[in-house]
Amino acid sequence: MQRSFERPQTLEQAIGLLEKHGDAARPLAGGTDLLVQMRAGLLRPAVLVDLKGIEELMSLELGADEVVIGAAHSTASLRENADLVALFPGLLEAAELIGSEQIQGRASLGGNLCNGSPAADTGPALAVVQAVCEIAGPNGRRTLPVAEFLTGPGATALGVGEILVSLRISRPPARAADAYLRFIPRTEMDIAVVGAGAWVRLEADGSCAEARLSLGAVGPTVLPVALDALVGGPIDDAALATAGEAASAAARPIDDKRGTIAYRRQVSGVLARRALRIAADRAAQRS
Amino acid sequence: MSKLHVETIINGEPVEFLCEPHTSLLDALRNEVGLTGTKEGCATGDCGACSVTLDGRLVCSCLVVAAEVAGHEVTTVEGVAEAEQLHPVQQKLLEHAGLQCGICTPGFVVAAKALLDRTPDPSETEVRYWLAGNLCRCTGYDKIVRAVLDAAAELRA
Ligand SMILES: Cc1cc2nc3c(=O)[nH]c(=O)nc-3n(C[C@H](O)[C@H](O)[C@H](O)COP(=O)(O)OP(=O)(O)OC[C@H]3O[C@@H](n4cnc5c(N)ncnc54)[C@H](O)[C@@H]3O)c2cc1C
Ligand code: FES
Ligand code: FES
Repeated sequence: MQRSFERPQTLEQAIGLLEKHGDAARPLAGGTDLLVQMRAGLLRPAVLVDLKGIEELMSLELGADEVVIGAAHSTASLRENADLVALFPGLLEAAELIGSEQIQGRASLGGNLCNGSPAADTGPALAVVQAVCEIAGPNGRRTLPVAEFLTGPGATALGVGEILVSLRISRPPARAADAYLRFIPRTEMDIAVVGAGAWVRLEADGSCAEARLSLGAVGPTVLPVALDALVGGPIDDAALATAGEAASAAARPIDDKRGTIAYRRQVSGVLARRALRIAADRAAQRS
Repeated sequence: MSKLHVETIINGEPVEFLCEPHTSLLDALRNEVGLTGTKEGCATGDCGACSVTLDGRLVCSCLVVAAEVAGHEVTTVEGVAEAEQLHPVQQKLLEHAGLQCGICTPGFVVAAKALLDRTPDPSETEVRYWLAGNLCRCTGYDKIVRAVLDAAAELRA
């Protein structure tokens, strides 16, 4: 099939192109996963459908109740929005860890999710803030929580012709905040050994009202860790130790060059404790 | 196969070129436009030798499809000096011996200038993080970092 490059200006046009060409077409956001995979010969789409001409995918709205992040917006430009950074410091921490400055000039949250890597940094961070994926396709629109959008290594819930349009996140309530930590063997330019997203909401007296934790790179997709045991009590060393044990127990890592199963389980517990601590401290400052 | 006709602005000048639909911006710059200052180290986004700015934003040209730049503005290393006058980043790299074989240098120049354009007074840590996507196998980085800090000081003076 003849190769082509398409730059639709509307979602309808983009969906039409993806439907028409099926497996031969591929959406292009920042290209930092897709073009690398094409160069390696892993993917050979004939038709590239560039999504960056579609306004809704490039927009960023900080509404009264909800923040809506266009799926193809680059992480470098997200980081420049001080209000967004203040609202979701954890999500932006995750976005800021993606590759280099050059990669962030192009990389999008939508691409990070749609690529489906179990080690993708924004997956756990988006899961703990309960981001909702807004999807458009041949049969109209639907929404799915991030945790349901990611279905396995390299796999998402997107059907043929479907496009991730945006991520919708409710503004954090009072005394609530997020955090994200990842462990890699050096400080930049590597893929997570473990990633941990945390979110904490405190009662007025400082006790834990809600705590959420999601792990990346230690399972086929983002792994939620139940932290019901923390609710009602103080977020102290004992509570964090309990959370760390829950994280280590929930982790289902594989052995690979980045770490053994035992090592990744241990690091999962450590990052869980630290990320929850940071989220709780941030939440306390939002009283 | 029919080639695409791309109209864009490169280093401030309108430029037109023909390319295959999936050609990278890096290949188009080097092979169609004749700007060979931008280098290929890896073609996978890891080394930064191909750094350019696209609408002012630092990117790897190996991970941009050439057709994407239609209607946008690209700046390459050839657009950094003003005529014969080297940019302070270039001058300081020379003075500090911040290059040996030189293949990484165009990428460092473009990346460092992009940093100083938005952060005139970066800390050493900021310089090192900003340049983490630029690999150099010769210099050990230290001289490059010192050259960038020195260039920043000169630009502020
Ligand atoms: C050097 C380097 C370092 C990296 N470091 C990291 C890292 O530290 N952490 C990390 O998580 N990732 C990392 N990555 C991977 C990559 O940069 C990220 O996953 C990035 O967020 C992908 O976004 P993109 O916009 O470039 O996606 P693209 O490459 O454009 O797309 C990725 C996939 O999603 C599909 N797609 C994209 N957008 C949509 C949409 N809106 N709807 C439907 N399908 C869509 C594409 O068809 C493709 O299959 C790195 C990559 C490189 C090259
Ligand atoms: S050639 Fe583009 S990053 Fe190495
Ligand atoms: S001078 Fe040789 S790679 Fe940097």
